[in-house]
Amino acid sequence: MDEFIRFEHLGQRFDLSEPLLARLIYRRPKKFLDAVDDVSFSIERGQTYALVGESGSGKSTIARMAVGLLLPSTGKVLIDGHDLHDRSRTEAEHRRIRQRLQMIFQSPFASLNPRWRVGSILAEPLRVFGLVEDRAAELGRVHELLDQVGLSASDARRFPHEFSGGQRQRISIARALASNPDFIVCDEPTSALDVSVQAQVLNLLKQLQRDLGLTYLFITHDLAVVRVMAHRIGVLKSGKLVEEQATAELIESPQSDYTKMLIRSAPRIGSIQARTGMSQA
Amino acid sequence: MNGERGAWQRFLASDFFYDFKRSPVTLVSFVIVVTLILLAILADLVAPTNPFDPASLNLMNGFTPPMEPNAFTGETFLFGTDDQGRDLLSAIIYGLRVSLFVGLTAVILAMVLGVSLGLLAGYRGGWIDSLIMRIADIQMTFPSILIAVLIFGVARGLLPPDLRDELAISVLIIAIGLSEWVPFARTVRGTTMVEKEKEYVQAARLIGLGSGQIMLRHILPNVLSPVLVIATITLALAIIAEATLSFLGVGAPPTEPSLGTLIRIGQDFLFSGEWWILLFPSVTLLALALSVNLLGDWLRDTLNPRLK
Amino acid sequence: MIEPLLRVRNLRVVFPHRHGELVPIDDISFDVKRGEILGFVGESGAGKSMTGAAIINLIDPPGYIENGEIWLEDERIDQLDARAANRVRGKRISMVFQDPLTSLNPLRTIGDQLVETILVHLPISPEEARRKARKGLEEVGIDPARIDAYPHEFSGGMRQRVVIALALSAEPELIIADEPTTALDVSVQAQVLELLKKLCREHGASVILITHDMGVIAETTDRVAVLYAGRLAEIGTTAEVLNSPQHPYTRGLIASTPSVEHGDIGTHLFQIEGAMPRLDALPSGCAFHPRCEYADRRCAESRPDLLQERVACWQYADG
Repeated sequence: MDEFIRFEHLGQRFDLSEPLLARLIYRRPKKFLDAVDDVSFSIERGQTYALVGESGSGKSTIARMAVGLLLPSTGKVLIDGHDLHDRSRTEAEHRRIRQRLQMIFQSPFASLNPRWRVGSILAEPLRVFGLVEDRAAELGRVHELLDQVGLSASDARRFPHEFSGGQRQRISIARALASNPDFIVCDEPTSALDVSVQAQVLNLLKQLQRDLGLTYLFITHDLAVVRVMAHRIGVLKSGKLVEEQATAELIESPQSDYTKMLIRSAPRIGSIQARTGMSQA
Repeated sequence: MNGERGAWQRFLASDFFYDFKRSPVTLVSFVIVVTLILLAILADLVAPTNPFDPASLNLMNGFTPPMEPNAFTGETFLFGTDDQGRDLLSAIIYGLRVSLFVGLTAVILAMVLGVSLGLLAGYRGGWIDSLIMRIADIQMTFPSILIAVLIFGVARGLLPPDLRDELAISVLIIAIGLSEWVPFARTVRGTTMVEKEKEYVQAARLIGLGSGQIMLRHILPNVLSPVLVIATITLALAIIAEATLSFLGVGAPPTEPSLGTLIRIGQDFLFSGEWWILLFPSVTLLALALSVNLLGDWLRDTLNPRLK
Repeated sequence: MIEPLLRVRNLRVVFPHRHGELVPIDDISFDVKRGEILGFVGESGAGKSMTGAAIINLIDPPGYIENGEIWLEDERIDQLDARAANRVRGKRISMVFQDPLTSLNPLRTIGDQLVETILVHLPISPEEARRKARKGLEEVGIDPARIDAYPHEFSGGMRQRVVIALALSAEPELIIADEPTTALDVSVQAQVLELLKKLCREHGASVILITHDMGVIAETTDRVAVLYAGRLAEIGTTAEVLNSPQHPYTRGLIASTPSVEHGDIGTHLFQIEGAMPRLDALPSGCAFHPRCEYADRRCAESRPDLLQERVACWQYADG
């Protein structure tokens, strides 16, 4: 097996102190929150690693550190063995690394600039990374991206508000694909979508992984979703990794009490069979 | 077929235009503002006389009441004349031009300044934000007209005397512009702080765009609708500020009288019975400021999604 | 047969709009029996929250009930004036919303708010009301000693418990719970749902539970109504509907919900193509027909009624 990304003793400490003046007047100490605390794991190339946790578990913070949007307070993110935050690299090298890392966000509403046409949204990464020679090539690539996510070429002229939530999430996926990345962080990509649309987006993500050999870090609170999406699962609680297993093992035979509780609490349609016997009036 | 429609058709079909058509007050305000702006632009063509051409003035026409033939010359003036026999209608049309020019340029200055500082403060945060907003706070504790007088006084003091009248209008614009940037900066800062947390900005950061590009290309287009509202309301304020300054005698020079200058001249004659010299410029100023303000109110209500 | 607590007949809600009118709820009929939990499930825009709002007379203007009747036992409640509606709301019907903070006043202690609600609706003394408030908190698993705490001193899940205590305090006959656990973490969600279920049984209150989550429906409700584009697609006991769904939409909804119990990385989830139509672009006939794999010409031409009080589908009519 071939490791793509490794997180080593990753930590993120947020300073929640009051302003300096208030601290001096009321003699309050500085306050810190360890949003992520000594988390280590790695993801194999072409596989999906799911980070599962409830609100405040630090999963989104890890997501942002994984793509370089947030600098870790401690620890390292290694991509193919190279430190993502190595300061000795030149801007051009940084750019090459950035191009390989992309992200799909949770909100289908906030993740697309409402004032930009879809075509411009998709063309921006192409231009920034210098991936197309001229306007014609740019347009061709935009149409190809739209086709890849199941939208049509004419959608390039429309604005985000003309699309449904699921379609907007497809546009987000197309934007992430534009720079030909190897690795995509999916931060709760379907939690704001309706169930029937969620299935479409999850299937699309799986399809793209098979076709393009993508590596995913999948962030979610939904164990049912990770069961069909992930090769491996890590369970996060208050910034710490409490358990990590291959998907089937983790769900069938969880080790930690917290994981057991999460699995027990997940609402399931099948529970109706168990209930029907006793609740018949 | 949807995308092929022209911008104009889209505008006619928009909720914005629909709202506009349904509000009679807004329609009337719009007509008044457009008429006054057209009068100001076409002053040379529509004004009966050029009030600043000494050759066209006849002192015998002085103090002619509106709509009455002059006792000596027999000429009739719609709005009457002032002490020097200047046609008041023409003076108002030319005064309108000065008032609107000063108002609009001052608002543009305030807008550019306020939007830039607001974007910077909101996006960067930290000490830059503190510095800009504390300056804004301090400025807000003084009435803006006082700030304008102060800036006007300092600027004039620094200028050589022979340039004073020549640059009076520019100084006036800068004084009013500098005194009105704060509301722009505050609003833009607030909206920027909300927008910069949105995921489309994160996506832009992810591909390595710099702060400048993110502010200009991504955030700026999304903070413009409140700016438009403030600009409209500030235009009314700027026009009144200009009139106030000119009324106080520290604004437009007598060689280029604005509506405020005309009102100042007019009030000298109020008690001697020549009421029209004060009334007509005042009514024009009132109509202009009120209409602009009503348009601003309507814009605010229409563009604010929370009131929908 | 026992008289149902709530009867809704042919409810139609209309929002006037510049291009005509939008109809977020069209011809919906259902009953809520005493003591039962009726689930409303559907995707966003299906009209589930709007139905709840219509029952308690809280439709935002310019929307209005254009047609239909809503009966609470023998009192017709869809045409009440503001004062009478207020009396019904709170006393006989109360609400639990998704965000507990919309139901709680941040400036007053939870005890004050409970006591006030009790005093408005029940003829008892302030001392008794306070005793009752403490008992109410105890029931929802909150230490009665915290009666003088403010809403912000509680976590999200605890706040939702306070709201449930508040909703139960006036001893209502019907509680409308609109996505009561959507904002909560899964672990807390399970507890809150369990609590809601248990207390309503004990107090004999009926519940309308509005949710988008089929799993929540399965674990909580006695009967379920599936809504699609403002219309009733299917209604029946939860066991019937989940074990043998009749409407293609219900079938799709169940099949596309991933389950923690089975599946792996190779699983291709069932997906319903397309998305729910917008209200200003409703298709002709059955609103689901453009997404339905069984649709034929009749489905596109005319709208099916609810057949045998169970399912609105032409294919079902043919057996």
